Amino acid sequence: MAKAKTNTSNGAKTKDVLASHGVTAKIALELMQEMLLYRRFEEKTEESYAIGKIGGFCHLHIGQEAGAAGVIKVLQPEDYAISAYRSHTQAIAKGISPKAVMAELYGRVGGVSGGKGGSMHVFGRDARFFGGHGIVGGQVPLATGIGWKIKYSGENLVCVCFMGDATVNQGGFHECLNMAAVWELPVIYVVENNEYGMGTSFDRVSKTEISTRAVPFDIPASSVNGQNVLSTFEHFRNLTEEVRAGGGPRLVELRTYRFRGHSMSDPVSGTYRSTEEVERHKEESDPIAILRDQLFAEGVLDQDTLEEMDATAKTIAAEAADFAEESPMPEPEALYENVWAETNAHGRLFFDGRRT
Amino acid sequence: MATMTYREALNEALREEMDRDPDVFLMGEEVAEYDGAYKVSKGLLDAFGDQRVVDSPISELGFAGLGVGAAMAGLRPVIEFMTFNFAYLALDQIINNASKLCYMSGGQFKVPITFRGPNGPALQLGAQHSQSCETYFLHAPGCKVVTPATPADAKGLLKASIRDDDPVAFMEGELLYNFKGEVPEEDDFVIPLGVADLKRVGSDVSIITHGKMVHVALQASGKLESEGIEAEVLDLRSVRPLDVDAILETVQKTNRVVYLEDSWPYAGTGAQVVSIIQEEAFDHLDAPVLRVTQADVPMPYAKNLEALAKPSVERVIESCKKVLYR
Repeated sequence: MAKAKTNTSNGAKTKDVLASHGVTAKIALELMQEMLLYRRFEEKTEESYAIGKIGGFCHLHIGQEAGAAGVIKVLQPEDYAISAYRSHTQAIAKGISPKAVMAELYGRVGGVSGGKGGSMHVFGRDARFFGGHGIVGGQVPLATGIGWKIKYSGENLVCVCFMGDATVNQGGFHECLNMAAVWELPVIYVVENNEYGMGTSFDRVSKTEISTRAVPFDIPASSVNGQNVLSTFEHFRNLTEEVRAGGGPRLVELRTYRFRGHSMSDPVSGTYRSTEEVERHKEESDPIAILRDQLFAEGVLDQDTLEEMDATAKTIAAEAADFAEESPMPEPEALYENVWAETNAHGRLFFDGRRT
Repeated sequence: MATMTYREALNEALREEMDRDPDVFLMGEEVAEYDGAYKVSKGLLDAFGDQRVVDSPISELGFAGLGVGAAMAGLRPVIEFMTFNFAYLALDQIINNASKLCYMSGGQFKVPITFRGPNGPALQLGAQHSQSCETYFLHAPGCKVVTPATPADAKGLLKASIRDDDPVAFMEGELLYNFKGEVPEEDDFVIPLGVADLKRVGSDVSIITHGKMVHVALQASGKLESEGIEAEVLDLRSVRPLDVDAILETVQKTNRVVYLEDSWPYAGTGAQVVSIIQEEAFDHLDAPVLRVTQADVPMPYAKNLEALAKPSVERVIESCKKVLYR
């Protein structure tokens, strides 16, 4: 991360930044610890991918950690969260153990889905993290259905639906915003705008800004600096309680930036964005550096403590990788398990001739 | 036994399951105030209220996916497609989500959802509104496919489908809604999925089929009888799970098979059944298995062309005679 500065342009000039966001030092330090964990977890993921321990498509959240930490921190454990494929950190934030997430990336039985989901399909039923979805926008109808369930059952809960900026150009997104508005569903649609859908900048393929997409449905929309975790936390704390109180759906743009390529197979920069652009963002809008500067200025964190916290994060990430490494591959029998919810009493379900 | 239409039988099934389980709700286009485009949900809005019988916007992808999410979270949705033709808009939610979530999550999430609506060729509705859609739902593992042919089957199988913990595509015959039949009056009449039904007993040739084509098979077998040919008609009732034992049994009995369906031939249900028969009952065959299917073209509008495209009683008779070398 960028070196500490005495002055930054990110709101750390004043000493009362915590008070102005209504955030206690305790919460702020927890957010720091969580973001450090997400950063170190994803770096460990990157490392494991590079040596072939993790395969397939693997999308890192490095640079976007404030979204996972700041949004999910405001939720109750019973609240729901659902996301797309850049969701390792969100899954951890919602309460799935880093070990179970890493083992899933390794495709091992200790993985949260027994190794059958992989990086893009991290699920935690008990943690109320409903995936982990690989098709752009595919989780948006599901989130709307979770909101439907909450309302149907009269529960005092909310569902947070994370998506990337490109999702707002999918038809299903608009269908769901309409339904959520008509039925006043307690769903917070969170668009993590990292400026690029893979290698296509949002502006090149979008006529209007993200927040305007809520206008046709009369859904209150807002935009928040997703690199400033205190702003994110404050924004969502207030908004979540409005939704919980029956205020209907919300659309929030989280302005952020991805420090890595779209997936592990993609370059960090190149034809679609310059190295200079990426470096500038890393220098100016690293969410961990921003919070660090704020907390240094506030006097609630010093370099030694930060290093201890970082060491803790690195240890947890390393232990997750160790756990994944030691967890066995799934048994061959697992191939045919969980295709169907239960053993069928009658008739054949499998047709490959190997299993009837 | 009570005599009722296929439509009434479906309505009874919905009503009974909604009475029985408060987690069951019905959502779709025109299902509430309009009583359903085909009147299957007649009276349900009055009986259960607008939280449980819900008119959706015309957003198939959206409301099908809403149902999947609600099912993941513990409800038991019944999602009506005005016709299965429109379910193509929702295929991502049905195939990529509903059918795979249990597997992808290592069994953490069940998706007990029923997608239902009319399916299959109708009368002069043209290419987009007149087609059998089974294959799309059968191809990917994780979704069950049920195709009732009679009022009794419609009722018993819909109740089983709603109670099933897997996603079920429950495909009703668009031209069967007014078809009348006997339905058992027992308290809780449920027909398990995966059990075929012998609709006619015969010894010379087996017509294996599903859905609306059961009636074409029965008509054909009536005419064949007058020519001294006894055809057996096996109605699969559900095509996944598939009652392979019943298929093998009828093959072993008659040694001659015609598969009848109103889907297209390529990768159709018949293709799978024929594959099973040749793999598992080859020695029992006295003739190659033939298929009678929808012509391999989009459905034309012109009456004469439409009749040529659909499987006909005559084509079934012809194929039966062919496998009998007559």
